[in-house]
Amino acid sequence: MSLELRAITKRFGALIANDAIDLKVEAGQIHAILGENGAGKSTLMNIVYGLVAPDSGEILVDGKPIKVTQPSDALDAGIGMVHQHFMLIPVFTVAENIILGHEKLKSNRVLNLEQARIDIKRISEEFGFEVDPDALVEELPVGVQQRVEIIKALIYDAKVLILDEPTAVLTPQETDELLKVMRKLREKGTAIIFITHKLREVKAVADEISIIRRGKVVGTALPTASQEELASLMVGRPVDLTANKSSKSAGEPILVGRDLTIRDALGRAVVNKANFEVRAGEVLAIAGVQGNGQSELARAIINLEDHVEGSLSLSGKELVGLSIHDSLHEGIAFIPESRELDGLVGSFSIAENLILDLHDSAPFSKGISISATEVLANAEKRVKEFDIRLQSIQDPVSSLSGGNKQKVVLARELSRPVKVLVASQPTRGLDVGSIEFVHERILAERDAGRAVVLISTELDEVMALADRIAVMYRGEILATVDSTVTREELGLLMAGVSSKKASVA
Amino acid sequence: MSQIRSIAERRRLRGIYVLIALSLFELLMFGFLKASSEKTTFGFVLGKEWVWFHEWAVKSSQGAQIFTLISLALCGWAYLRFRNGKTIALAAGLVSGFLILAFIDWAAAGKFIPLTGMLQGALLLAAPLIFGSMSGLLCERSGVINIAIEGQLLSAAFTAAVVASLCNNVVWGLIAAPIAGALISLILATFAIKFGVDQVILGFVINVFVIGLTDFLYKKLLIPYGATWNYGLTFSAIKIPLLSKIPIIGPILFSQSIIVYLMYLIVGLINFALFKTRWGLRTRAIGEHPTAADTVGIDVNRLRFRNVLLAGLVAGIGGAYFTIGSVGSFGKEMTSGAGFIALAALIFGKYRPMGAVAAALLFGFSDNLGSTLSIIGVSIPSEFMLMVPYIATIIAVTGLVGRVRAPAADGVPYTRGESH
Repeated sequence: MSLELRAITKRFGALIANDAIDLKVEAGQIHAILGENGAGKSTLMNIVYGLVAPDSGEILVDGKPIKVTQPSDALDAGIGMVHQHFMLIPVFTVAENIILGHEKLKSNRVLNLEQARIDIKRISEEFGFEVDPDALVEELPVGVQQRVEIIKALIYDAKVLILDEPTAVLTPQETDELLKVMRKLREKGTAIIFITHKLREVKAVADEISIIRRGKVVGTALPTASQEELASLMVGRPVDLTANKSSKSAGEPILVGRDLTIRDALGRAVVNKANFEVRAGEVLAIAGVQGNGQSELARAIINLEDHVEGSLSLSGKELVGLSIHDSLHEGIAFIPESRELDGLVGSFSIAENLILDLHDSAPFSKGISISATEVLANAEKRVKEFDIRLQSIQDPVSSLSGGNKQKVVLARELSRPVKVLVASQPTRGLDVGSIEFVHERILAERDAGRAVVLISTELDEVMALADRIAVMYRGEILATVDSTVTREELGLLMAGVSSKKASVA
Repeated sequence: MSQIRSIAERRRLRGIYVLIALSLFELLMFGFLKASSEKTTFGFVLGKEWVWFHEWAVKSSQGAQIFTLISLALCGWAYLRFRNGKTIALAAGLVSGFLILAFIDWAAAGKFIPLTGMLQGALLLAAPLIFGSMSGLLCERSGVINIAIEGQLLSAAFTAAVVASLCNNVVWGLIAAPIAGALISLILATFAIKFGVDQVILGFVINVFVIGLTDFLYKKLLIPYGATWNYGLTFSAIKIPLLSKIPIIGPILFSQSIIVYLMYLIVGLINFALFKTRWGLRTRAIGEHPTAADTVGIDVNRLRFRNVLLAGLVAGIGGAYFTIGSVGSFGKEMTSGAGFIALAALIFGKYRPMGAVAAALLFGFSDNLGSTLSIIGVSIPSEFMLMVPYIATIIAVTGLVGRVRAPAADGVPYTRGESH
């Protein structure tokens, strides 16, 4: 079965999300759609799947136009989709999730889960999945949940499978497994649309590549193209993918954690007796698959976590128990994981967001009021220094693009005297250009002799920036390794395998 | 003990310790320290059921000792079940029951306690709560918050009384009441689902509206023309042959009006349908993750709309219970907060039908215990008596029920393409 899109156009107000997009996928082919965040990939796929109505354009299956106004139309046409945010009901079992919407009933109108169990086992065996039909979805690891999604698509004979950023939540090992599954599906004649911004994966598995930029297909490429070529097509200008890291020896330990344990509201240890130190002039990356305690560890450094045991000292001064305000003023800069939620106040102006931390100290605070002139002068200066692209510093910060928002956060956090920079997922959701900028700033802080803690789930980012890498798995620091470690070793550690080769530094 | 226990296990263990401590406390207080040598008499007979003895008189101190020792033994049983990894709900329920008996035995020393009558009263007080919580369940499980249960009950109580009076037939009252409940649901569904109005505010406004409207009509219509509009017809009790003769539970469960039998039916049906049928699976799905349901071709808002209307029908029957199911004529604001207690019962019962029923029965029993004890004239101030069951409720929640998880999408209007 082939799927063809003709001149799909979708506008959201003034923004053109998809501008006359043409695309064709043949049976037994993996077609990668490469583009930055916000390029319009997800909108396009939601149109194909019936979740978003296009303004104009046609969808053709085997050359015949079909009407897709809701997901069930897509399903009927043989189009399945594995969404970036899984469409699974966490409190249901695997079998319940699979039959939802296609329920088979016994003669007495009671749900018949038997057939689903058999089908799940059949598909599991065919692709080497180990999925228990009666397991609760919320208790399954993310990788397995994704397999449930794939089973869900296959069980109803999807001939075209859309995978929307499927590797974003996976460990490197799980990613490799997924790529294998994709190849197997290709052999069986399934047409696969693979949406991603990860160049390595595209090169590994795609037959054809379409690059989308600002809602338009700007080019196609073959998997033999180099990563640099693909990246520059994606961004629209030449891109240097390697961060230029100078070799430099680290100084004294600045931030030292000893037996640091963090508990959640239910008393479970989400970080368990973590020991680490970060020296002046080095980047310590804390790597791991999302949800293994890294976020909590980062938050604990500025005392955002409530139940912390053990010790965390900054240049010899104990941080555990300080208020957030005091922690910040000890010399910690903090880039939170979610800039929209924790980093900025969306409805405040850019100028106000730039002094959120210093509004109570001179020169911004005068008696009981805040000096508007000082706030604006400060904003002008920062905007220039960090090259923040905006219309007016009086605009609400929510009007900025993701990259510029992150620059506002960076500009604010680095405006205090800083000893330690804690950056939690600093480039998540940013375009290549902004990623370059953020990486340069982080390395600049390192070269200026500051200690940097980088929390990232992106292996490429960790490998590019880190001097040493601490790998977290289920709340424990499994090992701390040098940046000379290979991707494979790091991947194994992230999956919880303590390999002998990954030497403990 | 170095054994690692899950949160649920720790909670269960804590619950058992609390029950043991309470048993020992009651044994000491009611059996010895504050024991009374007067006799407590328990009555078991309500009508003409088959019984071996009509009442049981026991020295208060001995009674307390017997009951608390039984509950201690049951604690042991509960612990054994816990050790074997089984649930302790039944055992804990029995322990609590015997602890309450010990308390009654002590509080009513020298008096007569109509035990069967008290349990029957509990069921009668619980019935509207059960209907209300089923209405709440149908809405919340599909992702719509229903604060308007009170309004549904009140409008249906009014309609049932008026229609029954005008037609001079209770059956018409029972037919009209669910329609009134469904009309309230129609308002709720239209504004909550179609227009995405905040559901808590909306429910509150509906309640104020219904209270105002019924108050007005009551004053202008029912009081002056009570003889034609509100003269208090009621259903009579239907005794089910044989079943109603079973000692103790017979007269409580099987000598009731048609509305209570409808309640058994509705609870059973909802409990079955929610977990075993296609409708139930889809209903739970749209309450948890509507986008996921949409992507497999389920029309989320349509099913929500239907379920909210269904909830109105169920609450409507519960409303009828206030008038034609018990006292007959309509009284100003006669539901007096039952809709909110029903909502509490639903949450206390963890959004499960049987849990909500158990919680509603507990609330009904608490209510009735307080009034029974003050009627027979015990020495303890009745305000204090009223507190005891709620303290027991708090203990039950912390020790035995644990964390309640509402449906994840409860109260969130669904618009395609907006979530995630």
